[in-house]
Amino acid sequence: MVDIPIDEVRDIPPAEVADVELYHPRSWWTRYVFCQDAKVIAVQYSITAMAIGLVALVLSWLMRLQLGFPGTFSFIDPSQYLQFITMHGMIMVIYLLTALFLGGFGNYLIPLMVGARDMVFPYVNMLSYWVYLLAVIVLAATFFVPGGPTGAGWTLYPPQAILSGTPGQDWGIVLMLASLILFIIGFTMGGLNYVVTVLQARTRGMTLMRMPLTVWGIFTATVMALLAFPALFVASVMLLLDRLLGTSFFMPTLVEMGQLTKYGGGSPILFQHLFWFFGHPEVYIVALPAFGIISDLISVHARKNIFGYRMMVWAIVAIGALSFVVWAHHMYVSGMHPYFGFFFATTTLIIAIPTAIKVYNWVLTLWRGDIHLTVPMLYALAFIITFVNGGLTGLFLGNVVVDVPLSDTMFVVAHFHMVMGIAPIMAVFGGIYHWYPKVTGRMLNEALGKFHFWVTFLGAYAIFFPMHYLGLLGVPRRYHDIGDTAFIPASAHDLNAFMSVAALIVGFAQLVFVFNMIWSLTKGKEAGGNPWGATSLEWQTPETPPGHGNWGKELPIVYRWAYDYSVPGAKRDFVPQNEPPAGLLAQGAHP
Amino acid sequence: MSAVVLYMAGLAAIAGWWLSQQRLASKPWLEEGLAADLREESLSSPPAAKVGLGVFLAVAGALFALLISAYSMRTNMADWRSLPVPRLLWVNTGVLVISSIALHWAYMAVRRNDLDNVIVGLVVGGASAVTFLIGQLLVWHQLDVSGYFLAKNPANAFFYLITATHGLHLIGGLVALGRTIAKVWRGVELIRLRLSVELCAIYWHFLLLVWLVLLGLLTGWTDDFVNICRQLLT
Repeated sequence: MVDIPIDEVRDIPPAEVADVELYHPRSWWTRYVFCQDAKVIAVQYSITAMAIGLVALVLSWLMRLQLGFPGTFSFIDPSQYLQFITMHGMIMVIYLLTALFLGGFGNYLIPLMVGARDMVFPYVNMLSYWVYLLAVIVLAATFFVPGGPTGAGWTLYPPQAILSGTPGQDWGIVLMLASLILFIIGFTMGGLNYVVTVLQARTRGMTLMRMPLTVWGIFTATVMALLAFPALFVASVMLLLDRLLGTSFFMPTLVEMGQLTKYGGGSPILFQHLFWFFGHPEVYIVALPAFGIISDLISVHARKNIFGYRMMVWAIVAIGALSFVVWAHHMYVSGMHPYFGFFFATTTLIIAIPTAIKVYNWVLTLWRGDIHLTVPMLYALAFIITFVNGGLTGLFLGNVVVDVPLSDTMFVVAHFHMVMGIAPIMAVFGGIYHWYPKVTGRMLNEALGKFHFWVTFLGAYAIFFPMHYLGLLGVPRRYHDIGDTAFIPASAHDLNAFMSVAALIVGFAQLVFVFNMIWSLTKGKEAGGNPWGATSLEWQTPETPPGHGNWGKELPIVYRWAYDYSVPGAKRDFVPQNEPPAGLLAQGAHP
Repeated sequence: MSAVVLYMAGLAAIAGWWLSQQRLASKPWLEEGLAADLREESLSSPPAAKVGLGVFLAVAGALFALLISAYSMRTNMADWRSLPVPRLLWVNTGVLVISSIALHWAYMAVRRNDLDNVIVGLVVGGASAVTFLIGQLLVWHQLDVSGYFLAKNPANAFFYLITATHGLHLIGGLVALGRTIAKVWRGVELIRLRLSVELCAIYWHFLLLVWLVLLGLLTGWTDDFVNICRQLLT
């Protein structure tokens, strides 16, 4: 980086944005509902995502009730069980996590962290939310149409996804695909905003290498999502045509209920390639923002600069690039040339390197740090543990010979819940406890937060840790009732009952969190502008919550990176990014 | 999936080149003070809308690359019966080329502040794009009449899907072009139109390029090309 020596800089002109460029709400409707302010859109995205996420949570309860106490709940029949599985997976992965990380955290944090007044295309940004909401409504509508939602599994594999016998064959699958298409259109609008805002709207002095890692994570994840979602888009459109117009993109010649279908010659494997070309990057679309958020949480709450910032950035970029060449490791049992399996196993294991670098760097950041066990920090620590846990089982499943016997067992379910269920949710909670004071001006209640943390963290392990063992025993996934299978011991049933009780408790703990968010809105402790003593720009806004346009008259100027904590000789244990160096202050620059 | 992997590799090369210009090897923890920002060094920093369009084109390109991948995976199967290429397709291609040239003409004119030629370029460009779309519908009609229904063979299904996707992108472009023409109508200063016209022209060139690639694919030219590449590699 070319640095201008400090004493050469006499007067720094503040970067100003002409007032006309900024969108101004004129009425209650445009201020709170059809609002183009990224902060309002972020809150809208978050609330919608969490609301539909609670539906998926209830679905997981119903599944656990059936698995833990088979035969007790007569209202859960095998079709419904499959529908619960499908909707739970789809909602959690796409409509909750993707929308919350990119639409929620992305919209709120990107403009504030890079020192912009708003996203660059506010109108398109608003449209993005409303299309997303429409997608969620279409998705939720499938619960009420004849035949109910689709039960094809969240991967929607043809041919079974659109054949009779699969629940929701009439309406469910059609609306599901329509909802996905809408979601992708909506996301593309938002994603363009996030990327271009990071590229074009950074404030003066905010070079790429001074951006907080949260922005790096969300930025890279958005680029990946923009390129990966078209694969799901193509697959959804083609499957929809197969279902509605009788084309045979994916549908082979087959006999259904004794009748030869009208389909012929299509390739189900083609769907799998398209689906996983989206599906694998999706794992990292959810993980990279979590990586970024965790890096920032750890640095702030351990009062220490992030260890190996450059490595962290390079690792994010490397993971983003590599994640596009590993998709077929989800298809080891679909039948493929052994050399392909070898290739994809190799690339899969290579991703472990940049990921491990990140884990080492988090641990080294904590090393001899001044660790404050605040709620965000607890969640960050839980994330590291859970992610390592899920990552290690990923090494098992990434190898063809180990994957083949474990495929379609509960081991896989345990693995992906650890790595892209629990771990990202830990980052989401950590992020919410950390940034809630900025969004609302009030702190979340700490005692309730700690209760929520311990129940969620220990409870999640009570659910998913034993699940690995069930998988090794050979308990299959997606089965409504395993019954008296010879190779499954009776103790597996007891374990299932235990896990179901844990799942119910964890679910109820989330109500404490929802209560905390609502209660603290008016009753929480006043937070002030910068309750955690953090350096990044969003904590330096003139108002809390940040007003319209984020910054007062002038945009902030950035003089340093985002991780100046516990700097020797500094007045406080943190130096905000926009605090001028001592030499400049003496010359009367804007503080 | 080789087409889309190649496409992603191309994008990765562009992203890598861009990142290599961003001083990713700097040590931000040692650098205090007002760092020079690359965007300020280069005075010709593109406006946000242009960068936005560029990102969108990358996304749309990925969509088409995926369709091409799916197409080429599917062609190798036994039941594939290629479509005849209607002669009208060549006429349509010519019309789309004219459309692209007309918009480029408008772009050149807007840079010279030549209002008359801007109007001519935009209107001719829009009209020929609409003609192209009508022509595509006629092609569909011809195929339908001669019995090449959508669901009859995967080749037909892919033909309709790919032309429809391209056509929908062109319709989206026509919305933007219509707004630009409306601005000219309302008498907005040419200086402020420059960007809109330029973006329309870029988008049209992109869609023309995509169409030529798709045409090569649908008429089977690319098969020969791919075969040559394959022989070179093996």
